[in-house]
Amino acid sequence: MRIIPRLDIKGPNVVKGVQFEGLRVLGKPEDFAKYYYDSGADELIYMDVVASLYGRNGLLDIIEKTSREIFIPLTVGGGLRSIEDIRTVLRSGADKVAINTAAIQNPDLIHQASQTFGASTIIVSIEAIRKPNGKYEAYVDYGREATGVDACEWAIKAEKLGAGEILVTSIANEGTGSGFDTELMCRISKSVSIPVIGGGGAGCLQHVTEVINDGLVDGVSLASILHYNFIKQYSVSGSDYSNEGNVQYLTHQANTASLSRIHGATITELKQYLTRNGVACRQS
Amino acid sequence: MTSKTAHIVDYGLGNLFSIKNACLKVGLTPTISSLPQDIERADIVILPGVGAFGDAMTSLRLKGLIEPIREVAQSGKPFMGICLGMQLLMTSSEEFGYNQGLNIIPGITSKLQTTYDNDNRPLKVPHIGWNRINTPILKEALEDNKWKNTPLSNIKEGEYMYFVHSYYVIPEDPKVVLSNTTYGQNTFCSSLRMNNIFAVQFHPERSGPSGLKLYAQLNACSKES
Repeated sequence: MRIIPRLDIKGPNVVKGVQFEGLRVLGKPEDFAKYYYDSGADELIYMDVVASLYGRNGLLDIIEKTSREIFIPLTVGGGLRSIEDIRTVLRSGADKVAINTAAIQNPDLIHQASQTFGASTIIVSIEAIRKPNGKYEAYVDYGREATGVDACEWAIKAEKLGAGEILVTSIANEGTGSGFDTELMCRISKSVSIPVIGGGGAGCLQHVTEVINDGLVDGVSLASILHYNFIKQYSVSGSDYSNEGNVQYLTHQANTASLSRIHGATITELKQYLTRNGVACRQS
Repeated sequence: MTSKTAHIVDYGLGNLFSIKNACLKVGLTPTISSLPQDIERADIVILPGVGAFGDAMTSLRLKGLIEPIREVAQSGKPFMGICLGMQLLMTSSEEFGYNQGLNIIPGITSKLQTTYDNDNRPLKVPHIGWNRINTPILKEALEDNKWKNTPLSNIKEGEYMYFVHSYYVIPEDPKVVLSNTTYGQNTFCSSLRMNNIFAVQFHPERSGPSGLKLYAQLNACSKES
């Protein structure tokens, strides 16, 4: 089982919200990436959260800097619109790319990208919300825009077009700590024969075994449960975060009530827990 | 002491930057190009690759790289094939019909079949993720430490490495196999060595500190030779 920390990146910072809203600044991507690499992460995901709205900045530098020191697979997503965008990110040191908005708008991009860079380089990211009729709808632009596209049908189509993996995120559960939407994960996993990475909602270790056993995922993407644990030990005194958004959490002024469902853990603790529960994973 | 050069053969497929970064990290001087003369000049040659076997052979042929690579194999110069770069060394592949390979190592490339784990969950193909490498058990007397004097010499038995592949190699001579890896009901050759030719199905440059040990040893082996 692959444990994959996900860093949502806004400008020079790692941010985290709840249901993709109310983003808090948590620290520098370089520090998070190094810490997770050293503590046994199996891969990393960088998601540029504002790129598809405002254009790109700084991310390429972060990729280049970290890929020199971090020797595990790195997936980069957020605002990649063309073969050229994908090439640029890969040339900076990413191993795989995650595409969502551009793929929905132009599904042929998946085919072209898969032909150009190999299927194993192309992850299609699906962010979904459950509808009253029980179906899941795919959203784009970091969970802001509905598409009318059924998430399962889209996953099947993405596989046919040449996607190598699917990253599924439940928008409603994301950042809440209330557990994964295992129903969504299970439906997508059963719809495709390529690996599925599930994300959104982990609040404790048990949630991770649930998404593995009931959601049938092949990898788990995690943020809050790891991030909030890491920053407890992380000093921000040396960095200047003025004008960088909501830094209340870092400056200890935040109302942390909304985080009460997040029971932080290290990757080592998580992997030991998974191993005890019969899930094979790499111990570093 | 000058640093050894490791030439990464660029034939248009795959992310070569992580290989370059791994070389730099262990003190090798990496070069990347599709020029045949750079293969001749280098101390160590690395054949990477992600993608389709047939496309890769076509690209190597168009760039005039097939003969230079075969010559390196003859020369005794340290050579490492990675992933598709391992599969290309074989005689042929069954990927999308029959494809002729570089025929440096007698054997074939075959497709992983989807199998099931003990809980009856399908193990998906491509095989993506971390898996163990183990010394194969041969019928004849087991040599003491098959990995000695190979780039695996500092790697511990059963170490996890990072895999991304749908095909695997079956060398004709089982004695060239350095390690096997088991995925569901498939047990396949995950690394091999024949003389100066070393090849791995996993990606050592994406396999964390263990993978870097392999690069460091590749560097050290080449110094002895």
